[in-house]
Amino acid sequence: MITLTWVYILAGAAFAAFALFNLADKSNPRRLGNAAFWGLMAASMWVGDWLGDFGNGLLVLALVAIAGFGGLGKTKGNDIPDALKQERASRYGNGLFAVALIIPATALAGTLLFKEYPAMFDVKQVTLISLALGVLLALGVGYAWLRASPSLPLSQGRRLMDSVGWAAILPQMLASLGAVFALAGVGDVVGGVVQQAIPEGSLLGAVIAFGLGMALFTMIMGNAFAAFPVMIAAIGMPLLIKQYHGDPAIICAIGMLAGFCGTLMTPMAANFNLVPAALLELKDENAVVKTQVATALPLLVVNIALIYFLAFR
Amino acid sequence: MWVLLGIAVIVIGFMLRFNPLLVIMASAAVTGMSAGLDIHAIISAFGKAFNDARYVSIVWIVLPVIGMLEAFGLQERARGLISSLKGATTGRLLTGYLLLRQLTAALGLTSIAGHPQTVRPLVAPMAEAAAETQAGSLTDDQREEVKAYSAATDNVGLFFGEDIFLAIGSILLMKGLLEQYGIILEPFQLSVWAIPTAIAAFLIHGFRLWRLDRRLSGRLAASADAGTAA
Repeated sequence: MITLTWVYILAGAAFAAFALFNLADKSNPRRLGNAAFWGLMAASMWVGDWLGDFGNGLLVLALVAIAGFGGLGKTKGNDIPDALKQERASRYGNGLFAVALIIPATALAGTLLFKEYPAMFDVKQVTLISLALGVLLALGVGYAWLRASPSLPLSQGRRLMDSVGWAAILPQMLASLGAVFALAGVGDVVGGVVQQAIPEGSLLGAVIAFGLGMALFTMIMGNAFAAFPVMIAAIGMPLLIKQYHGDPAIICAIGMLAGFCGTLMTPMAANFNLVPAALLELKDENAVVKTQVATALPLLVVNIALIYFLAFR
Repeated sequence: MWVLLGIAVIVIGFMLRFNPLLVIMASAAVTGMSAGLDIHAIISAFGKAFNDARYVSIVWIVLPVIGMLEAFGLQERARGLISSLKGATTGRLLTGYLLLRQLTAALGLTSIAGHPQTVRPLVAPMAEAAAETQAGSLTDDQREEVKAYSAATDNVGLFFGEDIFLAIGSILLMKGLLEQYGIILEPFQLSVWAIPTAIAAFLIHGFRLWRLDRRLSGRLAASADAGTAA
């Protein structure tokens, strides 16, 4: 059966290649740091399940030590000249889009199709499996049609990976921090504090505290999933649902979306906010967050109003 | 109360612009120790969660394909296509992408688009090319703004589309949590309530994209006026 393990093997191979290309790159004075960083990621993908919890923890500490103390650099060379790219763009034309669209098209087709074959595919992971398949297909077509040199995808992919740098593992790190918070019972304490801040007997006050609390705690944790159980335990369940008899489906569904408004406004949601700034080579790493605030704030107000007017009819 | 120190570490660490990875490690250590955990337990909990969350980092396998296609002029071609279209503006292009992203996410197809897969190679270059046509030439700040809007549009489309799908993680999380309180709901009962917010998100962000268009082409009109005056 094809499971996520196969995809981890492929991802490990990609990270290992990024590490090796860095190792051979004399133009980057910190090439050993880059090679070690991506090499550890390859190890995590390949043998993470056999390292044990403490072993994985040490691996994370090593990653943080490399990235946190300036161990990562960038390559100097390796750029394809603009004139060559322009010339190739007019030679290959719109077919380039077709190759790029192989990945989403395969992800789409695979998601729908593979679900029908639960004996062959892990049905819970079909999209990620299809995504990996799409990558392999697109690479194959690229080699056949563009006659790319065998190492080109990996050397160029390595350049893109290094431009993302340590931000690439932030999402995984934040998920892990959430686990430590849960172990330490941070949620219960936050819930207790929030409850004391609500004026007694005010439904509107409770709804606002719930919506704002979702957004604020999401901004701190970088993830609405971490904020949700805390706010439900603190306000949603005891006040909105039990005391004021609100509709739990509406309170939960729209409360989560109030949290998503917080996701738009925090650098802690690295994969959505910092990673694209790195990928698009923006000068201000917080440019995406700043752009999103003016969408997120009115939408947060809308969500709070929707809960207030829909859930307590 | 002391476990809240970990949150303070995060907020202060980010404000002082320390490397976020160090801030996260420091916060985990402070939180764990104030809850009475020993170092071994903290590192183990962290390591286990890191290993469980590896699927988050799978998306980077698309980079070799994107790198290959960019070496063969994908971005240049995306720009060329948009500048040859009459009536293509940054705002219209991004509004169309917003709608597409919301609709596909609502069908559960969250991973078919994203920052590495579509925004960097296609959406951002196209939006830039349209903006160049609108504004004549772009200042560095305008270029940054258009790129930032491209990324922001992807996020808004994803966040306020995905919860309409029945089997997305957040819907399953809600269902599971409510069950712990003895409330049994079908995923459909939850996901249908994501629709009002999805519409509001489209209207609010679409309005901002319309205003972005006005700003971009307003400069063109202003400079044309200056031209005739001179």
